[in-house]
Amino acid sequence: MDRALYRRLSNYLFVALTAIATLIALTALILILWSLLTKGLGGIDAKIFTMTQPAPGSEGGLSNAIMGSIMMCGMGLLIAVVVGVLAGTWLSEYGGSTPYGAAVRFLNDVLLSAPSILIGLFVYEIMVRPFHGFSAIAGAVALAIIAMPIVTRTTEDILSLQPSALREAGMALGASRAFVIRKVVWKSARAGLITGALLGFARISGETAPLLFTALGNQFFSVDPTQPMASLPTTIFQFALSAYEDWQRLAWVGALLIAVAVLSINIIGRVVAREARR
Amino acid sequence: MASAASDTARFGPSRSTGEAIFQAACLGAATMLLVTLGGVVVSLAIGGWPAFAEFGLGFLTSSEWNPVTEVYGAAGPIVGTLITAFLALVMALPLALGVAVFLVEFCPRTIAQPVAIAVELLAGIPSIVYGMWGLFVLAPWFAEHVQLPLIMEAEPGSWQESLFSGIPNGANIFTASVILAIMILPYMAAVFRELFMTVPAQLREAAYGLGCTPFEVVRSVIIPYVRRGVVGVVMLGLGRALGETMAVTFIIGNAHGFPDSIFASGSTIASTIANEFAEATSDMHSAALVALGLVLFFITFGVLAIARALLGGQKY
Repeated sequence: MDRALYRRLSNYLFVALTAIATLIALTALILILWSLLTKGLGGIDAKIFTMTQPAPGSEGGLSNAIMGSIMMCGMGLLIAVVVGVLAGTWLSEYGGSTPYGAAVRFLNDVLLSAPSILIGLFVYEIMVRPFHGFSAIAGAVALAIIAMPIVTRTTEDILSLQPSALREAGMALGASRAFVIRKVVWKSARAGLITGALLGFARISGETAPLLFTALGNQFFSVDPTQPMASLPTTIFQFALSAYEDWQRLAWVGALLIAVAVLSINIIGRVVAREARR
Repeated sequence: MASAASDTARFGPSRSTGEAIFQAACLGAATMLLVTLGGVVVSLAIGGWPAFAEFGLGFLTSSEWNPVTEVYGAAGPIVGTLITAFLALVMALPLALGVAVFLVEFCPRTIAQPVAIAVELLAGIPSIVYGMWGLFVLAPWFAEHVQLPLIMEAEPGSWQESLFSGIPNGANIFTASVILAIMILPYMAAVFRELFMTVPAQLREAAYGLGCTPFEVVRSVIIPYVRRGVVGVVMLGLGRALGETMAVTFIIGNAHGFPDSIFASGSTIASTIANEFAEATSDMHSAALVALGLVLFFITFGVLAIARALLGGQKY
């Protein structure tokens, strides 16, 4: 075959193949979102937010699970933000270029994608087994460990983007390094820090595996952090695998709620990040 | 002392101690990350020790998993984990590469931007959502339209029969791999895209200037330039697939032992732990599950460490 023609044809073929790959990927993802909407949207009403989870066959909602998710994610995020922002600050401002800093950065990246179920096992071993009981605090700690590396990573990235003239100007006025970091660098990176927290929150709000044997789940409404607590993901897991159709319907509603929450938090995070770059 | 006093007024209590405390707090937080990772290994090793002590190396090679007789062998879940992750990668890799190349090179910018954002957002959807879709939508469809016809076609005793045999309910190794593939696809595509955008424009322009077709530019300039990163992303996707719990637990069928065919029920390490840990009654049962966790840790840690080393400073 003519060489120029062969090259042109193989190029067309390649472009077509990549376009088809994109189509396949988008189709699969749209199919999932479509099922989520059609099966979940019909079940959303006021009862979902006001009633606790029902026994099979009776009326009920997901209020205990929603409350539990918000509480545990909130507590977890709080811990993760404190540790993550400080650790990220250390990597960016103090010891990031030392061998120890390189090791922390590397292992933080590994922790970032470590299987979340192992974090659950770890927290079970250190918090549930010694105290002989599942608790919301253990669930929150497990979630915190998952969000920590994300907050650390974004904090380091955003702080190292701050111009060094900022730090020099602060120091030149006689302020201490710690003061400059807290009052000048953190302040100018505020939007980026918020983005990091939002990304962490989005990640943990859908986590199921680490909660299965730390917070366990609870069919009643509870705000006591020392007791087992329900959460949307664990309730979805239990309901989806049950044989009752009304439970399965509630599971779809829960899945839709989580997906919408995660998507909107991620979108807000992106908007904040874009503002930050301005 | 006058200057020290004014410092106190303006910058809080005694500069040098405040400075030291803040720096120590930052160092402490960074160290906590290391301690956490170390704690995971140590606690899994301690918790799983009884199982290793009882079964020795046989824990890794035996496929018998029986809570009644208290005999535990991890080979079934280990093999299931490796097979599903590998199949998922085989399905997701070409698609993810295709999506990334299409978005960076060929797609008009007005479409590329929204699609790229959509792909990134979809990468954040929790895995339990993918799992539910697999259980309620994919599995029934697959059983009716793919599995049954294939089993009907297969002649008794032929290789097709041994490859496709299994209970036709759609919950099997293959559908679990499909769900995993759909799950890691947007994630890998997003990182690939990020990677391809790091290729300097001059390289591209030089290649086009020599008369290369877009295909040749991608094949001979872009892919070689980001080679290491591509391997890193593949490892990252593999790491995700290996450790993924919820998406798989819903749909793999949860049968112990070696799977007979790709349409047979199986289990992965993560799905076994998720299913049995809260209900494990005997100490040896929980110890065996924690020991499984340790095995998973070493597999994923190895894969992720290679990925990070290859990716260097890349995000994600």
